Amino acid sequence: MLSKRIIICLDVRGDKTTKGIKFKGNIDIGDPVAMAKQYYEQGVDELVFYDITASSDKRDIIIDVVKNVAKNIFIPFAVGGGIRSLDDMYNVLNAGAEKISINSAAVLNPGLIADGARFFGSQCIVLGMDVKGVKKTPKIPSGYEIVINGGRTPMGIDAVQWAKKAQGLGAGEICLNSIDADGTNQGYELTLTSMIADATSIPIIASGGAGVPEHLKDVFLKTGADAALIASMVHYRRYTVGRIKAYLAKEGIPVREII
Amino acid sequence: MISIINYKAGNLTSVERALKHLDIPCRVTNNSEEIMASSKVIFPGVGAAGKAMEFIRSENIDKILYDVIAKNTPFLGICLGTQIILDKSEENDTSCLKIIPGISKRFPDSGIKIPHMGWNNISINRPHPILSGIDPRAQFYFVHSFYPDPEREEDTIATTHYGVTFASIIGRKNIVATQFHPEKSGRYGLQMLKNFSKWDGYVK
Repeated sequence: MLSKRIIICLDVRGDKTTKGIKFKGNIDIGDPVAMAKQYYEQGVDELVFYDITASSDKRDIIIDVVKNVAKNIFIPFAVGGGIRSLDDMYNVLNAGAEKISINSAAVLNPGLIADGARFFGSQCIVLGMDVKGVKKTPKIPSGYEIVINGGRTPMGIDAVQWAKKAQGLGAGEICLNSIDADGTNQGYELTLTSMIADATSIPIIASGGAGVPEHLKDVFLKTGADAALIASMVHYRRYTVGRIKAYLAKEGIPVREII
Repeated sequence: MISIINYKAGNLTSVERALKHLDIPCRVTNNSEEIMASSKVIFPGVGAAGKAMEFIRSENIDKILYDVIAKNTPFLGICLGTQIILDKSEENDTSCLKIIPGISKRFPDSGIKIPHMGWNNISINRPHPILSGIDPRAQFYFVHSFYPDPEREEDTIATTHYGVTFASIIGRKNIVATQFHPEKSGRYGLQMLKNFSKWDGYVK
């Protein structure tokens, strides 16, 4: 049976000065390669690296990270953040990533989805969607609006319509991030996740809000999500991948056993 | 030395990296002398059948494959490399390599998401050296919209269920081919690649 996937999101900072900062729980979030290895050994199903490098002249840092990760871990991983062109996609895929995730750039230039799918295949193209709940209007009938720039810029685009359009353009998967739920540790936005999963036929990764394993259970049992993205739950060592999977298996959710 | 056949289809470097990690000597090539001289051949691939076959024929890679298989060199197909060793693919109605009788079919549009993407089980139909040390509970990483459907039952080594039950490992004689990506399937995927590197091409 196809397993529900647990995906861990890792931030990659271009600014070397943040490297080595120890956060609570002794996780060095400055070394994505070491973290990736640790999660791989714990049995995570997939990883996403998000490039939060501010300036474009530091793009080679993410490429180095991708190359190092690819040498050490043998599960699929995606890279997102700052990918604006076919060249950017090629560089990341060629360095060893399985998939690339595009978000703001795809909203501003939807043709990028189609071009990426044509050149590299739909299976490589993950559409990242940042979504905010708003009042229902004729323009935003679902009551969920697409926002970009980390949630700061509302685009006046309906989230359900955008998801359908992106699927038509060739997106192979959608990583659906609720800006309202993100960082709250209060659980995924289930209404939004259901809406997008029901409106599309490509795999949906739920993102934003996971704080405890029950949240993953909810999103898998109550929505059509195929995968769940987690970050702080594991980064701060509150949970291991093994513990989350053991809980989900006990609740009857198909997950890849760690053996 | 294992030759990883380069036919400009997708991420060949991931197979190369996995073998290097296992200290298994390999090279990515489409040079006929190098391929003929190699101890084993891996035929990977991601992408569309039509475009892949076009490139294979234009570069005469089909002839090299027939020759290297005929001299009993162990051969491992992966993903698209598994689909196009069959007679034909429903993807762009493509005539393929006809190394194993059968066709690649598209998953039915019946309430399942396409592509089949993620980790899934395999059920083993018959033992094979590449399955040595593989835990029966192990899952493997799949990403595909078409699946291999070999004509002869004995060519199916393992099956997987997703909407339909399909052949996820096929093979006969010195040929073995997986629909999933062993190079992306964690430790059991690596185990399978290691098993292949030790295989002499015979099935008892």
